[in-house]
Parts: sequence; C-alpha cells; structure tokens
Amino acid sequence: MAKIFSKNESPLVPMPSEAYIPQRDLNKTPVLECRRLGINFGGLVAVDDFNLIIGRTEIAGLIGPNGAGKTTVFNLLTKVYQPTKGTILLNGQDTHDMNTVQVCKAGIARTFQNIRLFNNLSVEDNVKLGMHNSIQYGMVRGIFRLPSYWRQEKSAHERAMELLSIFNMEDMANTKAGSLPYGAQRRLEIVRALATNPCLLLLDEPAAGMNPSETAELMENIVKIRDTFQIAILLIEHDMNLVMNICEGICVLNFGRIIAKGSPEDIQANPAVIEAYLGKKKEA
Amino acid sequence: MSFLNFLISGISLGSIYAIIALGYTMVYGIAKMLNFAHGDVIMVGAYICFFAVSRYSLPPLVGILVAMVICTLLGIIIEKLAYKPLRAAPSLAVLITAIGVSYFLQNAAQLLWSSNPKVFPMFFQRMVSKTTPDGTVQIVPVNGIDLFGGELRVSYVTIVTILVCLIIMLALTAFTGNTKMGKAMRACSEDKDAARLMGINVNTTISVTFAIGSGLAAIAGVLLCSAYPTLVPTTGSMPGIKAFTAAVFGGIGSIPGALLGGLMLGVIEIMAKAYVSTQLSDAIVFAVLIIVLLVKPTGLLGRPVREKV
Amino acid sequence: MTVKRISKNTRTTFITYGFVAAAFAVLQVLNSSGDLSPLLSGMLIPICAWVVMAISLNLTVGILGELSLGHAGFMSVGAFMGTTAAIALQRSVESAPLRLAIAIVVGAVFAAIVGFLIGIPVLRLNGDYLAIVTLAFGEIIKSIFTNLYVGIDERGFHMSLLKDRTDLLPGGKLIIAGPMGIGGVERISTFIAGFVLIMICLIVIFNLVNSRAGRAIMALRDNRIAAESVGISVTKYKMMAFVTSAAMAGGAGALFALNYSTVVANKFDFNNSILVLVFVVLGGLGNMLGSIIAAAALTILPEALRQFADYRMLVYAIVLILVMLGTNNPQIKNAFATCFDWLKGVFRKQSAKVSGERKEV
Repeated sequence: MAKIFSKNESPLVPMPSEAYIPQRDLNKTPVLECRRLGINFGGLVAVDDFNLIIGRTEIAGLIGPNGAGKTTVFNLLTKVYQPTKGTILLNGQDTHDMNTVQVCKAGIARTFQNIRLFNNLSVEDNVKLGMHNSIQYGMVRGIFRLPSYWRQEKSAHERAMELLSIFNMEDMANTKAGSLPYGAQRRLEIVRALATNPCLLLLDEPAAGMNPSETAELMENIVKIRDTFQIAILLIEHDMNLVMNICEGICVLNFGRIIAKGSPEDIQANPAVIEAYLGKKKEA
Repeated sequence: MSFLNFLISGISLGSIYAIIALGYTMVYGIAKMLNFAHGDVIMVGAYICFFAVSRYSLPPLVGILVAMVICTLLGIIIEKLAYKPLRAAPSLAVLITAIGVSYFLQNAAQLLWSSNPKVFPMFFQRMVSKTTPDGTVQIVPVNGIDLFGGELRVSYVTIVTILVCLIIMLALTAFTGNTKMGKAMRACSEDKDAARLMGINVNTTISVTFAIGSGLAAIAGVLLCSAYPTLVPTTGSMPGIKAFTAAVFGGIGSIPGALLGGLMLGVIEIMAKAYVSTQLSDAIVFAVLIIVLLVKPTGLLGRPVREKV
Repeated sequence: MTVKRISKNTRTTFITYGFVAAAFAVLQVLNSSGDLSPLLSGMLIPICAWVVMAISLNLTVGILGELSLGHAGFMSVGAFMGTTAAIALQRSVESAPLRLAIAIVVGAVFAAIVGFLIGIPVLRLNGDYLAIVTLAFGEIIKSIFTNLYVGIDERGFHMSLLKDRTDLLPGGKLIIAGPMGIGGVERISTFIAGFVLIMICLIVIFNLVNSRAGRAIMALRDNRIAAESVGISVTKYKMMAFVTSAAMAGGAGALFALNYSTVVANKFDFNNSILVLVFVVLGGLGNMLGSIIAAAALTILPEALRQFADYRMLVYAIVLILVMLGTNNPQIKNAFATCFDWLKGVFRKQSAKVSGERKEV
C-alpha cells in the first residue's frame, strides 16, 4: 500500500512484553503503558490481559472486528469503567485511584464513537468547555464579571478560534453544535478533546461515516495534530486505508484479547489477523 | 400483640398503595411518563361507587364494577385526549399535561360533587344478632373478627384488601407473562419502535395499559375509602403521591416492585405512626425512601441502567 | 474580534432585563397613581416571588437539566428563616427595608445550606429518581416546619420538635408555633424589593450561564459523559447550580412570607412545587423571559378568572392542558399556524383594500 504521508521515519523497536514503540520515543517515558489490563462484566470477560505501550509522539491504531472490546479499552483508559485487573501507567503514573475527571486532567482526552457533543451549546462553547480546567476564574468572579473574567474569556476565545482553525471551522463558532453536519461534528469532537491539552488523544472511529475525500483530509489532519502538539494518538478505526497509512504501531484485538501487535506491514501479513477478520480458511 | 395489629394494618394500607402503584408503574413502564392524574382517578372511582351504592342503592359489588367500568373509560379518554397527542413531545410537557388533567379532575369533582366530605358506607361488615344484658335481642354490625380472645382484631376490610391485592398481583403477573397483549406490553416497554416493526399496535397497547391501570385505581379507591371513610375531591392526591413513591421505592416499571414498594411503604408508615410520631410519619416514610434510593439508585427491584458509552 | 461582540445570548439577556425594568416601571407608576385595580396591586409582591421561584427553578430544570419536584421546600425554608430573622431583628433594626433585605439574605443563606445538605444525596441520582427524592425532601421539610417550635428570649433562640418545649423566659416570644406557623408578621415586603430581587437573580443567572461555571453546568445537561471526559466534575457543578437555585428560592420565600401576616408550612407544599414547574415548562426550558411571563400570567389568571367563580380552577386546568397540547403537538401547532396565516391574509387584504381606497381618494 502506498504511503501518502511522510511520517517521522522512525523504525519500531521491540520493548519488553512484546511492545513496539517508535525509535524516536525510545528514551522517554512512554505516554501510556497498560499491564495485563482486564475487565469483566458479571462474568463476561470483555477485555483480558491487555498489554500496550505507546510512545510519546506515536500514532497508534487499535483495530479488531466488531465487539472485540476496542471501545471498552478506551472506557478503561478514561475510567468510564474501572478495570477489574491490571494497571494503567500514564506518563509513568499509576491511574488506579483516578476517576474520569482526574484522568482527563492527567492528560488523556477522547472522542466518542457515537458523537457526544454539547448539542445545545455553540461550537465555540464546546471548545471552551474543553479548556475548562485551564481557565482559572471561579463562579463568583464569573458572576461579578471581575477583570479576570474578561481577560480569561478573551484568551479562551482566542485559543478556541486557534484550535478551530485546525479544521477551518472558525466561521462555525457561533453555530449550535447539534446543528452541524455529521463530519463537522466529528471534527469538533477532536477539537474539543485537543482543547483539554492532552498528552494522549484517543479517537474512537474518527472516520466513521466520512466519504473518501473527507477521510483523506482527516488523515492529513491527524498527522498534523500529532506534529503540531507533539502528542500521542491512539485511534480505533475500521478504515484500513487510514490505519495502515498513518499508524506506526498497531494492536489487533479479538474477543477481548490482543492477537497481534506490530507495524502495519507486520499486521497485514499476520495470519492470525487475517483469520480474525476473514475467518479460517477451510482445509482443502 | 399490638405490634401484630400494626403490622396487619400496615400490610393492608400497603396493599392499597401497591394497587395504586401498579397503575403508576405500568404506565411508566410503557409510556415513560409519570401519570400524575392517577391519584385523581382513584378519587373518581370512589365517588362513583359511593353514589352507586348510597344514591342508587346498588349492591356494593355492582357499585365497584360500575366504578371500574367508568374509571377504565375515563382512563382511556384521558389517554386519547391529553396524552396521545403528545407521544413525541418532551417528557416534561407530558408531565405538565398530566398535572393539568389532575387539576381538571379535582376541580370537576368539586363542582359536581362539592367539597363537603362524604362518609363512605361500610361495605365489609355483617349483621349479627346479639343479646344485650337486659334480655333484648339486637342486630349489630360487626366489621371484623377477633382473634386470640379479642387481643387481635382484624377488620374485614383489611382481609379483603390484602386478598384483592394478592389476586390482582397474581392476575397481572399471569397477564403480562402469558397473554398476547401482556407480551405486547412488555415489548413496548422495552423498545416501542422495535415493537411497532413486529406488528404490535403500540397505541392500542398503551390504551390498554391505561385502561387496566385506571380500572385498578377504581378498586383502590373503593378499598381506600372503606378503610378511611372520608371522601373529598382531594382524597386521591396524597395516596397518589405515596403510591408513586412506592412505585419508585420498588423500582419503577417493575410489577413485583410495586407490590414490594407498596407493602413496605404501608408498613413503615403505620409503624412510624405507632411508634415514633403521627405528625412526622410522612417525613419518616420519605426519609426511608431517600435512604433506599441512595443504596439502590433504581429502587429495590429496578434493573440498574448502564448508559452505553 | 473581542469577547464583547453582541451575540444572540447577550441580546436575549438585555431584552429580558429591559422587559422586567419596563414592566416594573409601568406597574409602579400605575400603582402609585392608584390606577391599578386593587386586585392586581395586592398581587404585585406575590407575582415577584413566583417570578423569582420560576427563574430559580428554571436554573435547575432548564439549565442544569434535572427535574426538581420539591422546590417549594426551599421557599419554605426561606420563608420561615427569613421571617424569623425579621421578627428577631424587629427592635434592633429600625429600618423596614433593611430588615427586609436582611430577612431575604437570611432566607437565601438557609435555603442554600439546606440545598447543599439535600444536594449531597440527591445529586448522586439521575432522572426520575432524582425528581422523586426532591419531592420527598420537599415533603420532609414541610413536615418538619409543621412540627417545629422556635422561640426567642434573653437567652437566645430555643427550638423543639413536635411539642412546645421551648420554656421561654417571661418576655420571650414564640416565633414558630408548630402547625400554627408564624403569626403576627409585620408586612414589610415591597414591590421595589421584589423587583430588585428579580433583577439580582436574573443577573446572577445570565452571568453564570455565560461564564466557565455556567458552561460546565449546561455541558452536564447536554451530555454528562462527555462533560466528565473533558474534566468537568459532575457533583461540583450540579451542586453549584442546585445551591444557587435553592438560595434564590429561599429569597423568594422570605419576600413572599413577609407580605402576609401569617406563615404556615402548608402554604409551601407539593402543589406549589408543581405550580412553579408549570411556570418553567410553559415559559420554555432555559428561557428566563418565558418563565417570568408564565409565572406572572399564571399567578394572575386564577384571580382574573374570578368572574367564573367556581369554574375558575377548572378553566385554569383546561387552559393548561390546551396550552401544552398547542405548543407540543405538531398537528395542533400547524393548525394554529394555519389559523394565524389565514388571519394574516385577511388582515393583509383588509389593509390592501384600505390602502387601495386611499389611492382612489
């Protein structure tokens, strides 16, 4: 498959526990490290023995057939569900006693598979909500409109516009988020997640429902986001073109377990992956 | 012995709450709305039975049947006129409409039947001839049976109430579990669109639910007024709120939950009145409700709902 | 571009302020010149109190998005505590307006405290379960105030529940007398105070909505899970909205209570909570101007319907149902729209005729 984008040419290097991260990230603490992560819902094992390391500036992919547990992994990372087993290290820091809000403050931002915007608020307010924890004034200052209110609202507005400009959405700033077209809603979710100033961005099917040209633009933008913000991105996606072109490390999940990890080339050649997607070849 | 007495009257009151709560819970399960007018349907049922018996001298059983029929029709009419046009409207709009209907019924009752309290006749008593010490034979009404040499007195109303509640509960469980309409109801409460695609007439199903709930309300009204025989246009509102609380207590949408919630609420209320304070009994009932909901946020038998992320 | 651009929000805000100020000015002028019917002039303060209740509940229901069925409970707390404060300060604070202001603040503070205490358990629940628990708390507050005895003497305040065990010294005064409530209240509420209270509440709400905290509150309403994912603490902001709303209701309660000579707990029961909810829903969720108009109109309506005597509450109920059907059912809405268009057409023809006739002349 032809590479459309020049990613930082940085070969993957093996780490202990069969993980790979890009060479350029080798001497830094990985942004995320999962060790034997697992959860079961009343006996049903949704995710089990999930080990993953993501480098500081890596774009990683999480793929697998429907129901493999990909979104559950995201929910575990963001503590929508508390893992029943294993550890998550975010920048080397254990997150076991954190909740969703604290995980966000610690640097994980996410988008959702079924878009979750603040539909009745404007696009700009959605982005400003992403900046919630970097805006400092409290309720009383807000009500009395003290100078710090005006100052911070102004800088928040400017920052919001700057972030919206990544996707050329500045002119939609005053539109209600709920009335945006589908593709713009997905992009707004990414902008809102970026506004939280994350070190790891989780994208849940960012290209779902997009046409090929929108997807191509999205791919470009994901790489651009990584390059500009120097953050790691972990994405779930069914569009193999997108995954194989922009992801450096890929992790394949099936029935809640990792069945393969490696570079796009490795994954494409991996028989277990082919079997998971296409089924077992009948012995002739 | 007094404890047993209180327990029995608690269960009896609880049975009435349970029957009313059924109406709330079934309608909520299907239409996802709090039918605030339900309490007032109870009042209408009680009035109709009252007039049927005391003005038209019908036998009590016929009176109850007439009340049931009229309440059932009333339920269907209310549903058709006030709630059906709002099927797609936000739930708060439906709630306010239900409140409007409740005001309407209360005030219509006040106009029709005035706000002077009516004394509900005693249905559940039998005449016994008794010889007084001076030798004359009198026929006196007896409204209960004495057990343990008079230490425990169980009134007929209590017995009838508990029995009726049990019968209704069994019948409803059988109805929703086995009949075609019952299954349609359960399907509608799970997913209306899917039910419609399976060829279930959702509107009819909802109407039937309202009809059943309102018919039960008539029974509850008669039982309530037999136990507490003062009838005014606002008779239904407080028991209505309590029964609604009972439905939430047991897990709204669940039929066994309504029974459990109703019984517990009745027992707690009577016990609080007996052992703590009459004036604070309502506060205690509601405090228990709050505690239960904190421990089990969807009620005792409610299914926990987990939002899919 | 600056933050000060005139957005749609800002416009709505100023229209609302303007409307309230204009309505106040007109009513005040009419009232002082004696042109207002005695009925309406006697209702000015209750209208203000219900308007504050409506916008305060709109903060909980429209902006926070949680249904509260016990709002009258907070009003009750404000009424009793505010009146108690006013009576206790009767000798030490000479000026009636100042005493009223203190009473309103005391009412608001106590309601806020109660709101906070109730909020701890309540805000852990969701949807209808939250609603029923607020209902339960409303009833509990009513029960408590019906059985509360509070007296004051030289040794300070004395309280007891169920029975009057305050044992006041001679010269002491029983302020809250259980089911009898508070009697002999000096009626110090004024229409101006009501207007000021409405304006303060409006400013707080509008400024809150356009600030960081208000955005967080609305984000919780729109999508709780997404709000958490961007680092918004659910409990903190729900609590913030709930307590603010309770405080406003408390202020309204104090204003309302000090307009009458007696305060009893039964005045603030479930029916009143529902009534306020009706104002909010009729006026539109999150729409403050709508709440104000609905609260004022529906407070006047039952009085204005007095000519229908016994039928007035029935008419009120029918109006309520019809309005809900008319605003929420698409077909009925369309029918109204068609009628309106037809009227407009007729009017246009008429005016065309008129202008045509003019031309001929």
